[in-house]
Amino acid sequence: MFVNFGSNIVRALTKYWGLFLEGVGITLLLSFITVFFGTIFGSIFALMRRSRIKAVSIFAIGYVEVIRGTPLLLQLYLFYFMLPELLPFMNLSKFACVCIALVINSSAYVCEIVRAGIQAVDPGQAEAARTLGLNGRQTMLRIVMPQAIKNILPALGNEFVTVIKETSLASTFFVGDLMTAYATVRGSMYLVIEPLVIVGIIYFVLTFSLSKLISKFERRLKASD
Amino acid sequence: MIETIDLYKDFGSLRVLNGISEHIEKGEVISIIGPSGSGKSTFLRCLNLLEIPTSGSVVFEGVNLMEKGVDINLHRQKMGMVFQHFNVFPHLTVKQNITLAPVLLKKRSQQEADEYADELLARVGLSDKAEEHPRRLSGGQKQRLAIVRALAMDPEVMLFDEPTSALDPEMVGEVLAVIKTLVQGGMTCVIVTHEMGFAREVSSRVLFMDEGKVQEQGSPDELFSNPQNPRTKAFLGKVLR
Repeated sequence: MFVNFGSNIVRALTKYWGLFLEGVGITLLLSFITVFFGTIFGSIFALMRRSRIKAVSIFAIGYVEVIRGTPLLLQLYLFYFMLPELLPFMNLSKFACVCIALVINSSAYVCEIVRAGIQAVDPGQAEAARTLGLNGRQTMLRIVMPQAIKNILPALGNEFVTVIKETSLASTFFVGDLMTAYATVRGSMYLVIEPLVIVGIIYFVLTFSLSKLISKFERRLKASD
Repeated sequence: MIETIDLYKDFGSLRVLNGISEHIEKGEVISIIGPSGSGKSTFLRCLNLLEIPTSGSVVFEGVNLMEKGVDINLHRQKMGMVFQHFNVFPHLTVKQNITLAPVLLKKRSQQEADEYADELLARVGLSDKAEEHPRRLSGGQKQRLAIVRALAMDPEVMLFDEPTSALDPEMVGEVLAVIKTLVQGGMTCVIVTHEMGFAREVSSRVLFMDEGKVQEQGSPDELFSNPQNPRTKAFLGKVLR
């Protein structure tokens, strides 16, 4: 059996390496788009949460709670089927629908990351800035945010790692990511375990090396404190 | 210069300030002493509305700061504040700590602010640290930086919130010395402190607070040598020996 296992893996790799590679590319692309726009919208939601206007902060809180309290797979289904109905004129590709769903999901988590990063800055910093006469916005931009970034960046890196794994759910819609590559190979070679192992190793290498990079980066941020 | 009228402050169901009406004149150096939890710091923080009083008013240079439409940021520029935990900005160099506010608030050009920062740093013996980040400074140096950072805005009054309480004993002297030169230069100061010797030496008036009220006040000699209120007596009996 083990002889077969080894040779099957070699066979799968030699025949479908292009597919796996493309899967890696699409998984990374999906993750990057998700975290990039998730960061933009998540930061906006974080600021909305801190808003003094009740309706704005309640909206942001509700958004975060609902998104975090429902499964990503459900959200993917919902937006995948709902978005083309809602916005037929946009002619959204299924890749775009999946991206939007992932961004909507990630924004909620990034919102919490940004909020925690801001909260971790000693309140004395903002007080000192305010006593010098800086207004709230100047205090946020010049004093709090530059310090919060140090807390936020490593956490965003971890969010990226999480999203890499979560994009596997997008394979439900065959968007060409790593898990889609698995499904394709499984179907054409009638093998289940071998392509799973290959894809698993690829995922692990991606996330592990990324985590290592992040902790290195984090140590350097700490050293500059 | 600063007048508080019937100041009350509640934190939830806890009454921290219990009706304080005080007048602080220009050029006065006021020390506020009292047991912890007596409301000293809260009172000080109400003067620049870092804490918003539950009721009462704070009048600074004739303007009621509690009134709607008052730009508190403008008035805070004239009230320097120094904190127990320094609160220097760790992401900026020593010099940037000093120049940030004056430049951002268009009080000085960058060049003027830089020159003034050099002068201020020289005054407190930190010239050689100008380009360092605060993490390289000792507690005493951080507090001296915090003081000149406030001075860079040319305040009319300086508020000190236990400026030496977080310092190692050997660094208390250097910070008190800086405050003393300020006092000698005629700066109006309000100092919340546990340094009784210092309060006695530099103050023109000492307030003793307990349970959210000013229980007794007077010249340092009166208050320290001949306290009238039994609470003052009990407190001084514990801290002076």
